[in-house]
Amino acid sequence: MQKKRKLVVIGNGMAGVRTVEEILARGGAEQFEITIFGDEPYGNYNRILLSEVLSGSQDASEIFLNPLAWYRENRIQLHAGVRARAIHRHSRQVTGEHEIVASYDNLIIATGSSPYIPPIQGVRLEGGREKPGVFVFRTLDDCHRIAAYAKGKRRAAVIGGGLLGLEAARGLQNFGIDVHVVHISGHLMGQQLDATAGAILRTTLEQLGVTVHLNRSTKEVLGDDRVTGLRFADDEVLDCDLVVISAGIRPNVDLALRAGVTVERGIVVDNHMRSPDDPRIYAVGECAQHRGHVYGLVAPLWEQGKVLADHITKRNEKATYSGSKVATKLKVMGIQLASMGITEPADDRDEIVQFIEPKRGTYKKLIIRDGRLLGGILLGDVSKAAYLMQAFDKNTPLPDERLSLLFDLGAPSTKATLEEMPPEMQVCNCNGVSKEGIVACVRSGKRSSRAIMDATRAGMGCGACKQLVSEIVAWACGGAAEQDPAASYYVPGVPLSKPELVQAVRERGLRSVSAVFRELAGGVEDPGSKPGLASLLRTVWHHEYEDERDARFINDRVHANIQKDGTFSVIPQIPGGVTSAAQLRKIADVVDRYRVPLVKLTGGQRIDLLGVKKEDLPGVWRDLDMPSGFAYGKSYRTCKSCVGTDFCRFGLGDSIDLAVKIEDRFRGMDTPAKMKLATAGCPRNCSEAMVKDVGAVAVEGGKWEIYVGGAAGAHVRKGDVLCVVDAHADVLRLMGRFIQYYRENARYLERTYGFVERLGIQKIRAVVVDDSEGIAARLDAEMQKTVEAYRDPWREAYSPATPNQFRSVLPIVQ
Amino acid sequence: MEITLGPLSTIPPGEGRAFDVGSERIAVFLARDGRVFATQAACPHRGGPLVDGLLGGCTLVCPLHAQKFNLQTGEALNGGPGLKTYPVRLSATNQIVVQIERDGG
Repeated sequence: MQKKRKLVVIGNGMAGVRTVEEILARGGAEQFEITIFGDEPYGNYNRILLSEVLSGSQDASEIFLNPLAWYRENRIQLHAGVRARAIHRHSRQVTGEHEIVASYDNLIIATGSSPYIPPIQGVRLEGGREKPGVFVFRTLDDCHRIAAYAKGKRRAAVIGGGLLGLEAARGLQNFGIDVHVVHISGHLMGQQLDATAGAILRTTLEQLGVTVHLNRSTKEVLGDDRVTGLRFADDEVLDCDLVVISAGIRPNVDLALRAGVTVERGIVVDNHMRSPDDPRIYAVGECAQHRGHVYGLVAPLWEQGKVLADHITKRNEKATYSGSKVATKLKVMGIQLASMGITEPADDRDEIVQFIEPKRGTYKKLIIRDGRLLGGILLGDVSKAAYLMQAFDKNTPLPDERLSLLFDLGAPSTKATLEEMPPEMQVCNCNGVSKEGIVACVRSGKRSSRAIMDATRAGMGCGACKQLVSEIVAWACGGAAEQDPAASYYVPGVPLSKPELVQAVRERGLRSVSAVFRELAGGVEDPGSKPGLASLLRTVWHHEYEDERDARFINDRVHANIQKDGTFSVIPQIPGGVTSAAQLRKIADVVDRYRVPLVKLTGGQRIDLLGVKKEDLPGVWRDLDMPSGFAYGKSYRTCKSCVGTDFCRFGLGDSIDLAVKIEDRFRGMDTPAKMKLATAGCPRNCSEAMVKDVGAVAVEGGKWEIYVGGAAGAHVRKGDVLCVVDAHADVLRLMGRFIQYYRENARYLERTYGFVERLGIQKIRAVVVDDSEGIAARLDAEMQKTVEAYRDPWREAYSPATPNQFRSVLPIVQ
Repeated sequence: MEITLGPLSTIPPGEGRAFDVGSERIAVFLARDGRVFATQAACPHRGGPLVDGLLGGCTLVCPLHAQKFNLQTGEALNGGPGLKTYPVRLSATNQIVVQIERDGG
């Protein structure tokens, strides 16, 4: 066996240890003997939460990310409380306090940064000792020292109105002290806010009892043996008995400088996070400078750690870090804030979209260039932050309607902030998972939303809470969860996005689910991925699809919906919800003959026979002699309708006839997720067509509005109007084209409301209505093929597809 | 004791079927790679019929609430109680043979 390389990490903070975790995740334990120097006597903790510790809302023990046991379990030698003193590049050694020496083959410098102390008189006592009452706010020990000193004090001043300074101010307020923030420039949080937002924040802070002094340069800390006040440049004096200096940070580069590697503002690194002067030395985090940038937030440092780990373990020596777009969502003194990119326009072409409501402390500003987001500030209301930060990061085009960028129209958002959410609050209402359950799972080491959803089953029911689960995971991870690479896959078991998968399937002629696993997933069958693959293959190949029954969910194997006791529900097709005496009689006979325990009218205007045994399914279908209503599949389900023009005195269009035609055309069609449709004879919308996946609403003038992307289930959304057309035939054609576009482009189980929001109605309208991509004729042709391939699955009552398809227990045959 | 349940052809590839053996209901699965597994038939979570689940390799997903199990070991992959497994083999004539413990009576 090859001898292990020696890896030394200087710095036991979030960057260094996270990078080590990434290295371990790439099999690094096999390759390296790891030694970490940390000048604090603790394991790695979440520095972002220090203000929580200072304010007393979290105990210090709660913010540890890696307790000491973690180092032991991973056979990492931790020199805790030992400051590294020198790097000797020729002998490849790091020497530390207490005469500790560690040899290295590779070295990672993750020394982070230190508070910057501006040149202010009287910060120290005569003779250079620390002056009692003067603090910085950077470490857990700083926290403890401030807390011990603050008891019984009257007034505290924080020098520096940036993010950290305000966090410190918030922490101090909890000691019942009068808190003043002294800021050198004209508005607070200059990194993240523009002047208007800074002013609004100031007003809000003053309402919370913090006094803010702007444009104040501190000249002197007063007091002979301890702090008694501050003197400003204009000689005014502010009495106080405690000062926290939070005037910025400086990368800790001394060690690197003395070791002779290139240092500018930070330690210069290449795209592998490696020093250009010494291929054995890497730097990561706040001490590193990449392409001129030094980052002070966690998200970039995590991206850096991954690249470094890929490179150092040789897992992927081509991995490159290409810089981070800085976006952050945080809470300052309980005020929600999100900030990304630039805060002021940089060019005449830049478009500003702005909303100001000073009274409520709400401010929103976006800077847009060529339809893309260059920067943004959300203060007070960050309900749109997740969407905007993603659009910023991915540089995706924004919808033309700018208003919707700033507000969720129609749906009031009362979601409590994550911090305020009680731990026992149930997040996933389907599977009964609480906030604390998710947090506990994160603490146990799971770091991606998918891993946590798998382990806790949160979000695995109706799926409505998935977004919230992801937000809680990110919050519990201290800012950002790990990106799960599988998030972009069409199904988790095959590492390809939908377009890549479709291309591979076409190129290689893969016509069955097992062929896809064999060719594209290394032969590993992921059971949960099978139905999604089956749906996609059927869409691609139509009748050439090689149908393997085991790839189907049970509902699609027996064409009925499985119930909690293992029985099934049977819903025959009743187009437009219109039935007859003869049909009702037939249904009643079946109910009697098979002792169906429950007969229920469904929300989709049909009749549901519940509690049918698997063995009875073929008989029930034969006796009903009605086609399947497909009330079980990821497919077109039904089309509700109102009475329309037949009897209703308000009816403007024949909604029943249209619903029957829709049912006749789209019945049984595979779609990425279930589709529920409706037609309404007038805008009174009795059949709720505006909140269906696809709906048609008759309007005055003999026209029909087509709605897409509506929802009224776990998620509620009013559909978007795709277009307005004249005749039933046009409705069918455009609905069909939309459905085919959805079938080809949606992720598996992505309902139309998610799909329409993801692509934007403008884009969908351009493709489906205006044929901007020139694919309308092809979409129509594919749809026509699918319509022609329809076959009533209940015909399997006469010829089962697999052995014992409808048997729940087999007799023993000997 | 060993009990012959019937020919392997009663189970379509990649699916499972249930058999009543005395007072026990046993699920037998045929993986696409040819392996055969035998476990208790009811999901320990809420009693779902495991033979109606989705099978991939030796992982089975219950059709009711997507509990996952390793059929080889019986282990529940998303927590909770696991499955009872039974030794199972194929006879020379491709008959499914399971081994069950003979209970006292």
